[in-house]
Amino acid sequence: MKKLLIVFLSLTLVVAAAGCGAQGSSGSGGGNVIKVATVTPLSGSQAAVGESIKNGAQMALEERKEEFKALGFELQIAPQDDQADPKVGVTVAQKLIVDDNILAVVGHWNSGVAIPSSEVYAQKNLAMVSPANTAVDVTERNLGNVNRICIRDDAQGPAGADFAYNELGAKTGFIIHDKTTYGQGVADEWKNRYEAIGGKLLGYEGITAGESDFSAVEELVRAAGPDIVYFGGIYPEGSLLIKQLKEKGIDVKFMGADGMDSAEVITIAGDSAIGTYYTSAAADINSTPEGKAFADKYTEKFGKQPQAYSGYGYDAMNVALDGIIKAINENSGEKPTRDQVTAAVRTTSGFVGVSTNVTFDDKGDNTEATVYALTFEEAKYPSAVVKMIPAGEYLK
Amino acid sequence: MDMIVQMLPQLLIDGLTLGFVYAIVALGYTMVYGILEFINFAHSEIFMVGAFAGTETLLFLQGSGYLENMPAPLALFLAVGVGMILSGLLGVTVERIAYKPVRHAPKLVAFISAIGVSFFLQDAVRLIEGLWKNAFYLSTPQLFDTSIQVMDTMKIPVKVIYIVAIAIVMMVALSLFVGKHKWGKAMRTVAQDKDTAALVGINVDAVISLTFLIGAGLGGAAGTLFSVQYTLISPYVGFILGMKAFTAAVLGGIGSIPGAMLGGLLLGLVEVFGAAFLGIATGGMIGAEYKDVLAFTILIIILIFKPSGLLGKAVVEKV
Repeated sequence: MKKLLIVFLSLTLVVAAAGCGAQGSSGSGGGNVIKVATVTPLSGSQAAVGESIKNGAQMALEERKEEFKALGFELQIAPQDDQADPKVGVTVAQKLIVDDNILAVVGHWNSGVAIPSSEVYAQKNLAMVSPANTAVDVTERNLGNVNRICIRDDAQGPAGADFAYNELGAKTGFIIHDKTTYGQGVADEWKNRYEAIGGKLLGYEGITAGESDFSAVEELVRAAGPDIVYFGGIYPEGSLLIKQLKEKGIDVKFMGADGMDSAEVITIAGDSAIGTYYTSAAADINSTPEGKAFADKYTEKFGKQPQAYSGYGYDAMNVALDGIIKAINENSGEKPTRDQVTAAVRTTSGFVGVSTNVTFDDKGDNTEATVYALTFEEAKYPSAVVKMIPAGEYLK
Repeated sequence: MDMIVQMLPQLLIDGLTLGFVYAIVALGYTMVYGILEFINFAHSEIFMVGAFAGTETLLFLQGSGYLENMPAPLALFLAVGVGMILSGLLGVTVERIAYKPVRHAPKLVAFISAIGVSFFLQDAVRLIEGLWKNAFYLSTPQLFDTSIQVMDTMKIPVKVIYIVAIAIVMMVALSLFVGKHKWGKAMRTVAQDKDTAALVGINVDAVISLTFLIGAGLGGAAGTLFSVQYTLISPYVGFILGMKAFTAAVLGGIGSIPGAMLGGLLLGLVEVFGAAFLGIATGGMIGAEYKDVLAFTILIIILIFKPSGLLGKAVVEKV
């Protein structure tokens, strides 16, 4: 009886597996299918942002299906989940490179996932257009297939310095950093630029992430009396600094980088956060007219509000699709190879998108990317965009 | 030079405030060490739980509208009380579950057990706060927002006055208790020799529990005071602070209660002054980020000349 049950169960499994197989193969049609993959976290703690990017990309793709049909191709999206995990990202990448119909990838969300995954794409020269990876190393490895439409991390410091000196009129500055690669890194970039354009640095001090008593450094700020404090670090310490400076009655402008781009700033610093500034790679999409129109369409389609990077997902997909179309044309209407698509994507120039315009340089960095300078006008998140700073001149 | 003189009074206040927090936490380390000769590394997490208990009490009072209508000192006492009681009970529980079963095993076993408790408490609090509030950074409600201008360059926030006052009351009460009370004497007896203490009719287990109750209670109270002063806590807030408080206990002479107080105050002052003056003294070569290096250099120098700490007694090997 037991044996019979086992036989029956295994039969059921075989049938089920066969069913799955049949379903799987029916999806990919003949030779005229072109697929573009999106790879973002679709499960886990970062699923919300991953989905918002995928949705943006999906919108772009669906809008252009007809265009591809006219050229004789069936355009399909292949949404993948990298779980914000480098190991999963690499596995997904290996799966993608063996599917010959996939001609481009839009992704990832985490730079730590994008870097190893893009090494895999590079093996088969599969073009990747990143909507959100700001780590310097993403393009600094000079891989021909890797492009990004957002800024690089090393643009934030200089952009912040320009903004502080020119827009806020802060002629004297004081740097506080948290001794981390990120915090001290961005602070040093800020310092170099600030001193180069004529700003006077009155102090440069470090604090320890995880501590709560910054009173000595705050007293140094009081004694130095700078126009602005630039903070290189993450929001828990940054928000505490804002709050403690206010409590101590030290009246000084405060600016940070995207480590301060968090709703928690308001939770921790409350009203003290009003009037503080930070730079970031993305901003509330509703802050520009094009973004607003995009947001309305997005909300209608998906029944929820887009997030800051949805527009980048949309633009990244359009850049990828433009590249594919260009490659099709250059291949006299035939389905292009990955090499042709990769080369065509890299030549993207003068692309106009909802979140950013795109022109790639020879590393795959976007020379038209934007650093956003933002401020808390009231004690609520998201904050308001004060200025969009072109990041092209900060490219190295 | 002007700059130094100008900053001095305010730094004194800030350093003392930090020092008092270190001192109360250091008491917990030193008391347990005095009795069991074992470093209770979970004490930093007891401190953290106290901070959460106190902050949640204040948040509850705020949420239910009582906070606006009650005098701020009363709210502070309530929060400190809750933090103290919860942490005290937690300390006793931890001792019963994690330390008592291994009391006669080699000291390292209890030490590993303490590290385990430490991780467990961090993640337990993270889990509970995550499920409850969906955030584990808690912002403590503002209790006193006024300051007293003592002189041009010195402003004492009212909350600091309360924090320091509560800290001093607790230290004096502890000193009186250990010095005069029957149970205090029993504690000192157990500290000298557990086995002989049992022979003269002292309930050693009860004394150890009491030690953990008081030490952890003080840690919890310190946690609440800390959260009121620095207004941001997370499940990992105890780690660095615990390290510093332990250092303070060693600096003062571990096992010595007045030593822990002195060590805490000294470390707080050295840190704040070091952070402020390192940059000035070295012409900007090295700055505030090296304050811990300075503090620990001083610690090592002191321990070279006085290995038992500032107020520690020279250790006589127990036979």
